[in-house]
Amino acid sequence: MSVNILVVCVNQDILKVIVRLINANENWAAVGKSSLPDAIDALLANHFELLLIGSGFTESEEQGMADYVQNTIPDLRIAKHYGGGSGLLSAEIYQALS
Amino acid sequence: MAQIILHKADTRGGANHGWLKSFHTFSFSSYYNPERIQFGALRVLNDDQVDGGMGFGDHPHDNMEIISIALEGSLQHEDSMGNVAVIEPGEIQVMSAGTGLYHKEFNKQADKPVKFLQIWVFPNERNVQPRYDQQKYDLDSHRNELVQILSPDRADAGVWIHQNAWFHLARFDQEKELRHSLHMPGNGIYIFVLKGEVSVAGQELSERDGLGIWDTDTISIKAKPGAELLLMEVPMQV
Repeated sequence: MSVNILVVCVNQDILKVIVRLINANENWAAVGKSSLPDAIDALLANHFELLLIGSGFTESEEQGMADYVQNTIPDLRIAKHYGGGSGLLSAEIYQALS
Repeated sequence: MAQIILHKADTRGGANHGWLKSFHTFSFSSYYNPERIQFGALRVLNDDQVDGGMGFGDHPHDNMEIISIALEGSLQHEDSMGNVAVIEPGEIQVMSAGTGLYHKEFNKQADKPVKFLQIWVFPNERNVQPRYDQQKYDLDSHRNELVQILSPDRADAGVWIHQNAWFHLARFDQEKELRHSLHMPGNGIYIFVLKGEVSVAGQELSERDGLGIWDTDTISIKAKPGAELLLMEVPMQV
């Protein structure tokens, strides 16, 4: 059973790379969205274990998303992604899920 | 009372891709050790060697301050901002990835390996405008002292980054004891030995050993002739 991960990142090129890298792990299944409203729609329509917030959002947008998730999907874990590629991705996911 | 953490060179993670040999002080790529995630804002300390003519193809980065320090050979960098540059020993390169960029880096020389440190520091602000810079430094004219190569202040010595961090390098040709005061309360210092033997906080360090120290405002370093070290001061809270 794969861990379902939603990635949200404004930069669509980087988003594609992150989703591809996550899906290279057979235990993880990632979907990507490039806006917060689209991410919320995806969260309401599907079950995810982890929301990974990538680049391109203001601090208040990130906080607003975190507040929304905490109020509506309290079991969903949230992690901020740094680095934009393979370097930190696995550790961020392992840490968020541990 | 000062706290310390010691990372001996042979306890680092490693990756051997043939053309790339890398040692990871902290979890990186396929190396994951929950006890070795970061030292405060210092998230990546990779000790890389790339074969002649080889390198990392186009790949993205965002929201990270990425610093490269050349140790041997020539490292060529090209990025989506239009920068094309080479760094060699005596030079430091910085890239604020911010909202995102692509770059590639490869060994400029076909017949010699390039050795360099790649260091990632968490930014104190996400989604900044991406930027690139590089600068030379001169250790030989300042032997037996700490030479600042990075700070948060663009008017200060060295390159600057989006973080309250200061980096210094030192090269010793005589036995020397130095005291170094931290720039900011709440910061810690990570010392990485590039060559030789160094003693810090009662710990004897050899080549490629790392030592983190925090909850202190000053440290004492005893170096032996031939030693070289990198001192990184970073915030302990990110």
